[in-house]
Amino acid sequence: MQITVTVNGTAYTEEVEPRLLLVHFLRQTLGLTGTHWGCDTSNCGTCVVWFDGKPVKSCTMLAAMADGHEIRTVEGLERDGALDPVQQGFMECHGLQCGFCTPGMMMTARSLLDTNPDPSDDEIREAISGQLCRCTGYENIVRAVRWAAEHPAQEEVTT
Amino acid sequence: MQVPAPFAYERATSVEHAIELLSRHGPEARVVAGGHSLIPMMKLRLAQPDALIDINNLSDLSYIRVEGDQLLIGALTRHADLLDSAVAGEHFPIFRDAEQVIADPVVRNFGTVGGSLCQADPAEDLSAAFAAVGASVVARGPNGSRTIDVRQLHAGPYETVLEPNELLVEIRVPIRPGGGSAYEKVERRVGDYPVAAAGAVVWLDGDTVAEAGIGLTAVGAEHFAAPEAETALRGRPATDDSFAEAGRIAAQHCHPQPDQRGPAEYKRQLAVELTTRALRRATARARGQEA
Ligand SMILES: Cc1cc2nc3c(=O)[nH]c(=O)nc-3n(C[C@H](O)[C@H](O)[C@H](O)COP(=O)(O)OP(=O)(O)OC[C@H]3O[C@@H](n4cnc5c(N)ncnc54)[C@H](O)[C@@H]3O)c2cc1C
Ligand code: FES
Ligand code: FES
Repeated sequence: MQITVTVNGTAYTEEVEPRLLLVHFLRQTLGLTGTHWGCDTSNCGTCVVWFDGKPVKSCTMLAAMADGHEIRTVEGLERDGALDPVQQGFMECHGLQCGFCTPGMMMTARSLLDTNPDPSDDEIREAISGQLCRCTGYENIVRAVRWAAEHPAQEEVTT
Repeated sequence: MQVPAPFAYERATSVEHAIELLSRHGPEARVVAGGHSLIPMMKLRLAQPDALIDINNLSDLSYIRVEGDQLLIGALTRHADLLDSAVAGEHFPIFRDAEQVIADPVVRNFGTVGGSLCQADPAEDLSAAFAAVGASVVARGPNGSRTIDVRQLHAGPYETVLEPNELLVEIRVPIRPGGGSAYEKVERRVGDYPVAAAGAVVWLDGDTVAEAGIGLTAVGAEHFAAPEAETALRGRPATDDSFAEAGRIAAQHCHPQPDQRGPAEYKRQLAVELTTRALRRATARARGQEA
């Protein structure tokens, strides 16, 4: 079947099998390998992307379900070559070690900050509670998100 | 890599269209709503539908509103929307309690209320919450609509009484003033299905329980409800002793199964304790002592 999906602002029209999962559409069909694919059981959250502005687990969605919808991936975080404050925060605060969980963490963090620009540590922990990090540990991830909250981008980030 | 078996994919443009597509593709076709139960099952090949009828574009099935003395919830309402709904929270804090602990925030963005009920997982949280509040559901098929008591919706594990070409379109919850409600769950870790959970709604007549509703999940309660405990509680003083007794009666009628979430006896004990706690908190809310 033919689908047209807008990813990071660009519309892509592709022929896909209905059973193709959204995460594989992004990674294999479009070559956007920033989105990771881990547990395959809807638990780890490394595959989180935005679907019409909200974080979802792309291993648990069909590419077909995204037809006519807007997806934003980690590649869409930076603007005109400038890192999103969330990306900068992960660098400043050692929010990643191996980096496997990072794309999903950052997409959820950006969404949290868009709706709640000054979240408490508890609110950050709740927001990422469906996502697993197996090496950095959550302390630094929470610090990274706090850093981003304290250093918002000069211009309003629009999606 | 887990990949579903091949299937035909159709996108419904209206409720009527969805029913027509379900009829045309026959009993091996399945509705996909959030897909957060169905797609994992298809990836594991525990489900192999011939066709998926995607209802995600039916935005007119996504709403929460009060009409007359009923709270109406569209089948395609996402968990996150029920959690955030001021009107649902005002009348039924039980939904806020439950939604806070259903899956995780990201899963809640896409999983739906209707899909949860239709999945009929024996550990589904909302099945117990809706059983407690005495909800009914509206199903639409080729011959029109029918209303089903939510306590009659489930025919067994992963099975509902819906016909293959019927769509669940709405959940209706009767609003009666002066009540309080609550939901109590024990989970192994954040985002997991319950080891056990109980929901309760209580109406008081002074210090006496005028009426109570009790829902239970993951403990093998028939229809996710505890009618014997509800009957026993009616007319009793609204005290911890009465609640604990109701908890014991509820647990006696459960058939918990041992699994990776715990042994049967542990789950039965949780049924006692969580029913007691849910009744206690629902009563405090009915008295206006707790938000
Ligand atoms: C990681 C994870 C953790 C979870 N944790 C919990 C938890 O703690 N507690 C809990 O209760 N649930 C939990 N869930 C399940 C989650 O709530 C699902 O969203 C829900 O069970 C199904 O909703 P859905 O919209 O995704 O349904 P789908 O997967 O789309 O559908 C489920 C079934 O219902 C049918 N169906 C869906 N909508 C309709 C309709 N309108 N009419 C007729 N049939 C319909 C489908 O054909 C399918 O058979 C979890 C899920 C995941 C992935
Ligand atoms: S790969 Fe999607 S949640 Fe782990
Ligand atoms: S940085 Fe390695 S899993 Fe999180």
